[in-house]
Amino acid sequence: MTHDPTMTHDLLKVEGLRKYFPVKGSPRKVHAVEDVSLRLRHGETLGVVGESGCGKSTLGRVILRLLAPTEGRIWLDGVDVAGLGPRQLRAARRDMQLIFQDVYASLDKRQKVGQIIAEPLTVHGVGDRKARRERVMELLGMVGLEPSAADQYPHEFSGGQRQRIGIARAIALSPKLVVADEPVSALDVSIQSQILNLLVDLRKQLGLSYLFISHDMAVVEHICNRVAVMYLGQIVETAPVEDLFSGPRHPYTRALLAAIPRPDLRRRRGERPLLHGEPPNPETPPPGCRFHPRCPQAMAVCRSTAPPEYSAEGAGRFHGVKCHLYG
Amino acid sequence: MTGKETPAPAETVLAVRDLTVGFATETGAVRAVESVGFTLRRGRILGLVGESGCGKSVTAMAVMRLLPTPPAFVESGRILFDDEDLLTFPENRMRTVRGNRIGMIFQEPMTSLNPCFTVGFQIGEVLRFHRGMNRDAARDRTVEVMEGVGIGAAGSRVDQYPHQLSGGLRQRVMIAMALACDPRLLIADEPTTALDVTVQAQILNLLAQLQERLDMSVLLITHDLGVVAESCDHVAVMYAGRIVESAPVEDLFTRPAHPYTYGLMSAIPRLGRRSEYLPTIAGMVPSLDHRPVGQCYFAERCPRAGERCFREIPPLTSRRENHECACWNPHDA
Ligand SMILES: Nc1ncnc2c1ncn2[C@@H]1O[C@H](COP(=O)(O)OP(=O)(O)OP(=O)(O)O)[C@@H](O)[C@H]1O
Ligand SMILES: Nc1ncnc2c1ncn2[C@@H]1O[C@H](COP(=O)(O)OP(=O)(O)OP(=O)(O)O)[C@@H](O)[C@H]1O
Ligand SMILES: [Mg+2]
Ligand SMILES: [Mg+2]
Repeated sequence: MTHDPTMTHDLLKVEGLRKYFPVKGSPRKVHAVEDVSLRLRHGETLGVVGESGCGKSTLGRVILRLLAPTEGRIWLDGVDVAGLGPRQLRAARRDMQLIFQDVYASLDKRQKVGQIIAEPLTVHGVGDRKARRERVMELLGMVGLEPSAADQYPHEFSGGQRQRIGIARAIALSPKLVVADEPVSALDVSIQSQILNLLVDLRKQLGLSYLFISHDMAVVEHICNRVAVMYLGQIVETAPVEDLFSGPRHPYTRALLAAIPRPDLRRRRGERPLLHGEPPNPETPPPGCRFHPRCPQAMAVCRSTAPPEYSAEGAGRFHGVKCHLYG
Repeated sequence: MTGKETPAPAETVLAVRDLTVGFATETGAVRAVESVGFTLRRGRILGLVGESGCGKSVTAMAVMRLLPTPPAFVESGRILFDDEDLLTFPENRMRTVRGNRIGMIFQEPMTSLNPCFTVGFQIGEVLRFHRGMNRDAARDRTVEVMEGVGIGAAGSRVDQYPHQLSGGLRQRVMIAMALACDPRLLIADEPTTALDVTVQAQILNLLAQLQERLDMSVLLITHDLGVVAESCDHVAVMYAGRIVESAPVEDLFTRPAHPYTYGLMSAIPRLGRRSEYLPTIAGMVPSLDHRPVGQCYFAERCPRAGERCFREIPPLTSRRENHECACWNPHDA
């Protein structure tokens, strides 16, 4: 275990993280996460946004060590998680939990809700039966479910209630870091706001830090302090949420924001600048800047050289952008 | 929809009246769609919005007469397409309408494209069936419609199978198939839900362009109020199988009358308007077999509900020009 003395305020620090997946019957590899570095401060919510397949879930899973990194370093509260062996990893897992998008699939249908929520406690040998039962009751209250829910099965609950069960399980061990992977994407709007409010409450009560993965920019703007925008495995822009939404720098971030249909009637169809084409195959990422084939502002250098992260000025706050326009 | 007409309104293409659709289940019959009515005029886009399970797809499938019967049954209603009631058509006549005068884009593109045939064959089949085209003519026209929906290299893509295409391209193929015969009416059920926003924006723009060029009427089904705001002329909001509000898009967004619509509008996080907590709508949608009888279905969750709301079903009534609402205590009363 190595300790990094510089990270006094960071709960999580990731450096040069890569995750490649083998492709069946081919020497090629899926470059799902490519040289990602990020920091998450205590009590902060960092949003990770980007389109389908850009590597958000893979990043979240590698950080939680549910997947082994191909390369790179991960520190959680100063502990080098990437280098942990199986035993130490088990202990470290208490501090980091996952909330899933597909709530239903992630809940064991044959178990009662009480058992499901108690599972992390059982696995880590926390308390005796009675203490665990009490904790389950407490957790149910925290996520806004009735005590009677403990003796029911997942199928008896609505989507929003199932997500509450998933959240109760995730916070059972009072983790420091919660990776929330599209926690409200499968929910209807009227339920979505209930769950978002619950996540805000829990952050305040328990001092949680969230890595909040989503493709919904409005949700991210609502709940996050800082945002990292991913494109094809890379983080192309990082900024405090207000700065990112009021002054997006990367052409991809701009296009992404412009593409969102907004319920405000100020723009009508046909009036927005459109990005052409679709994200390329991550097995064969383009050379140079990965966004250059779709970029309306691509220059010669973009086709050959990958841009480093430049610092865009922003009221003394860090605003990083991987784009030659800012070099 | 009655209400006062604006001067010289475009002709009505689709008029659904008092449509009620039930399903026979093991535990008895349930109603998925109740007394639904709306009017779609030529060259207009009507949005049908509502949360999951509120009956949007069942309504669309009923119009197309594609519901499996049994278990589905149409309890009452008329579906007037160019003044003829589709519910009275025998199946063989209906088959000449589907995919021809009415095009449809289904909610799940993978289930409606056959993985065993090339996309070109599948689009061509529509043309061979409805237009009696031979193979070569159908292939030429197929390439043409594929190009028309922005599929690059259509000449070689016609010979590809669905799984060889990206989600965005598959969706374009679905649109091409629905538009192959220049329909008068397009029913698009969540045409962009499975797509990324940058691709969704392309598809929505494409639909708007084609709709204008072909002077087509579109019934656009979606749960995304952003899509509605940008694409539709008129909106019908469904809740638990009923239409609770129906209005021109500007009017709906600036002056929502039904407490449910009002709640939805406040519950969605909006870009540029941060707040720590979002307003919520308490509770959840009653399930199909637990809908209360003889009252407003939203009453249990409604902050404005009064005693009458639990006694009597509010009918859809006209409030302003073209703006209807089914509520005993609406917001702008
Ligand atoms: N186990 C795996 N084996 C091979 N490839 C994988 C595996 N998991 C993910 N991938 C690939 O890695 C890339 C990133 O996937 P990931 O699921 O992280 O994306 P995402 O941003 O979470 O997308 P979504 O928004 O659709 O959830 C994709 O191309 C995906 O197909
Ligand atoms: N074959 C069927 N048998 C019984 N109930 C059905 C059947 N098909 C649909 N339903 C029910 O009818 C109701 C309306 O379903 P519908 O598919 O129209 O919803 P929707 O508004 O399209 O939802 P979504 O946004 O999720 O697509 C749902 O409660 C659904 O469970
Ligand atoms: Mg994912
Ligand atoms: Mg549907």
